[in-house]
Amino acid sequence: MSTAANLHSEQLDPPREGVRVVVEHAERVFPGSGFVLQDLSLDIQPGSFVALLGPSGCGKSTLLRIIAGLDRADAGKVYLEPSNARIAYVFQDAHLLPWRTVLENVMLPLELLGSPKSNRQAAAMAALTKVGLAADAERVPAELSGGMKMRVSLARALVTEPKILLLDEPFAALDELTRQRLDDQLRALWLEHDMTVLFVTHSNSEAAYLAERCVVFSPRPARIVLDTPIDLPREREASLRTEARFAKVLGPLYEALAKSGAA
Amino acid sequence: MKSTWTNTLIPPLLSLVGMLAAWESIVRILSIPAYLLPPPSNIASAGISNISSLINASIVTAQSALIGFLLSIVLGISLAVILGTSRILERAFYPYAVFLQTVPIVAIAPLLVIWFGPGYKAVSLAAFIVSVFPIMANTLTGLRSVDPALRDLFRLHGATKAQTLFLLSLPHATPNIVTGLRVAGGLAVIGAIVGEFVAGFSEGGAGLGIRILETYRLLRTDLLFAYVFCACILGLSLFGCTNLLGFRLMRRWHPSEKV
Repeated sequence: MSTAANLHSEQLDPPREGVRVVVEHAERVFPGSGFVLQDLSLDIQPGSFVALLGPSGCGKSTLLRIIAGLDRADAGKVYLEPSNARIAYVFQDAHLLPWRTVLENVMLPLELLGSPKSNRQAAAMAALTKVGLAADAERVPAELSGGMKMRVSLARALVTEPKILLLDEPFAALDELTRQRLDDQLRALWLEHDMTVLFVTHSNSEAAYLAERCVVFSPRPARIVLDTPIDLPREREASLRTEARFAKVLGPLYEALAKSGAA
Repeated sequence: MKSTWTNTLIPPLLSLVGMLAAWESIVRILSIPAYLLPPPSNIASAGISNISSLINASIVTAQSALIGFLLSIVLGISLAVILGTSRILERAFYPYAVFLQTVPIVAIAPLLVIWFGPGYKAVSLAAFIVSVFPIMANTLTGLRSVDPALRDLFRLHGATKAQTLFLLSLPHATPNIVTGLRVAGGLAVIGAIVGEFVAGFSEGGAGLGIRILETYRLLRTDLLFAYVFCACILGLSLFGCTNLLGFRLMRRWHPSEKV
């Protein structure tokens, strides 16, 4: 496990900015349903893009919530370096405030953090421009498609210039084409920002296409069954999905999932 | 735009004219005595010749109903916010709110008069007591149903309690609050009239409740109908105001207000 992580950090040269995430022997018990996490350890290098892959309900979302500080481990340690790093979280659905315009939704995190009013609007417009929604700033969520809502949600996450971005199956509810477009957009955003990205998904191909390192979990309680670097170029295009080297990367992921008992 | 107005206004107006015509002719054909059921034409003429006391009574009752209604809005929403902060508080006090709701206003009104004396205070309080519960209960439902993911989002960005209340919980509860207001507006008018039945003359003169009792004792059924009609108009205008408020607040985002 640690060798895979080392291998991975050697690939990233020179070391990048972002947040290091350390999980040491983490344990989480839900009353009534037993262990969700049991003796889980993981070290995530600053600035890396890591996919957490596993069957539904295996506890990977719980891990993400603990890393975000929204939940707590019952035993073990989970910490970020630096510990005061700004965190952004993208949920499974867009979860926008329906009574606010797109722009006001993106401004929300800055408002809560108490940043000056004059900055908010400019920063929100910049974030909307990055996801290609600058023209829709004055619309309300009810007027947007599912993919557009998710992009607003992404802009809302990026507006605080986070050093770590946590995504919990963000595109799972979207159609395949929209999802692939958003995958490309997310990778482009990661390439131009200094941030660590943790992406929870149950899709092998999405994990392989997006990430530089892939961690495969077993069904509950989540154990790590595979931790592997993804040997694909930095610049990725949709056509990559049909190439032989992509299939070669996918193979071990399928194998690991099958072996873990999560058919 | 014009066609939607005519489409929504003409059918109910036509049916109204039809019903009034039927009423008028049945009363005349069967020669029903006016003290039992006066024809609409009598009611209209009685109303017109007493128009100033009709308007005065409506204003007096409207004032009491409005004071009670506003009190309900402020206290109902505040109470819901307080009860919404903890399950324990809710468990401790909500049952008594329900209990208060089940006590008939007619039974409490004499107590109010004993405590506050006859006059608008007792009448407004009667309006308040019947209208506060729907506002509180609906607001509480709204506050309780906030999306947990949005709560997480607010927590992640270090939102204060006040920020979570004013930027998340209350806006989210707006549709429920408006529903509560719709119900409460009509109830406030009922409460005020029942209050007047018991509380007698108030400082500002006779309200609709007093006029209704008075015309009943004099067997002026035509005038009685005219006062009842005023009470309906009062309830309808409060209902219209709350509907307008709901539309202004939610037309862009809530499905119930989509044009």
